[in-house]
Amino acid sequence: MVLLKRLVLDILKPHHPSVLDFGRLLAEQGESQVRLTVLEMDDKTETLQVIVEGPDIDFDLLQAAITEFGASLHSIDEVEVVSEPEPRA
Amino acid sequence: MRRYFVVNGFDGALTMLGLLTGFHLSGNIALEVVIGACLGAAVALGVSGLSSAYLSESAERRRALAELESAMVADLSDSAHGVAARLLPLLVAIVNGMAPLLMSLIIITPLWLARNGVMLPLPPLPSAIAIAFLCIFGLGIFLGRVGRTSWLWSGLKTLLVALITVLIILVL
Repeated sequence: MVLLKRLVLDILKPHHPSVLDFGRLLAEQGESQVRLTVLEMDDKTETLQVIVEGPDIDFDLLQAAITEFGASLHSIDEVEVVSEPEPRA
Repeated sequence: MRRYFVVNGFDGALTMLGLLTGFHLSGNIALEVVIGACLGAAVALGVSGLSSAYLSESAERRRALAELESAMVADLSDSAHGVAARLLPLLVAIVNGMAPLLMSLIIITPLWLARNGVMLPLPPLPSAIAIAFLCIFGLGIFLGRVGRTSWLWSGLKTLLVALITVLIILVL
């Protein structure tokens, strides 16, 4: 069983929702810790580096949330996955 | 939203006050005529508020969304921003249309009551004019609370506007 433990994402988002709200909204998508860094601020948008850490990150859910909040995922810059043995029945 | 409610509620109340004052000065006019004219004006104000707010607000929101989409280089129609751009004009239009309509209906309530045989402490037209002044004062109080200033002073300011309106009608 392969578990997704850590992701570093490059995200472009409008000013609304704020970085604080955006972080909260992403953290609500699963059992994960989210760290956001504003890399660049433009007139209508801001570029963020988002680090998500958790026991097993649901990437599809995270990506759907990013799109729903009007942001767009530019790139996945880092991925950390762990292979664990299947639990015995 | 509050701004739309106050601006258009004030529009409705002042229009009714003007109509009622005009009818009162014109002498003995049948209550049915007064109610019909006021109701017609109330509906027109409601429809005007609804349609104008929807058209202007949806154009503004569409433009803002297009600018954001251009900055994001993405289609945002399915995002929260897209949903807001479609729903907010509707909400604003409802508030904008309902505020003058409701305000007008409240003001002409004494006329309906009088027509249906309910005894009022004042004749129907002065009663409705008094309700109009009360509504305008109430809107001023509401504005005072929103602006966190003196509610009494704010109420008196809107009341003064209403009095000036009546004075202008009297002079004419």
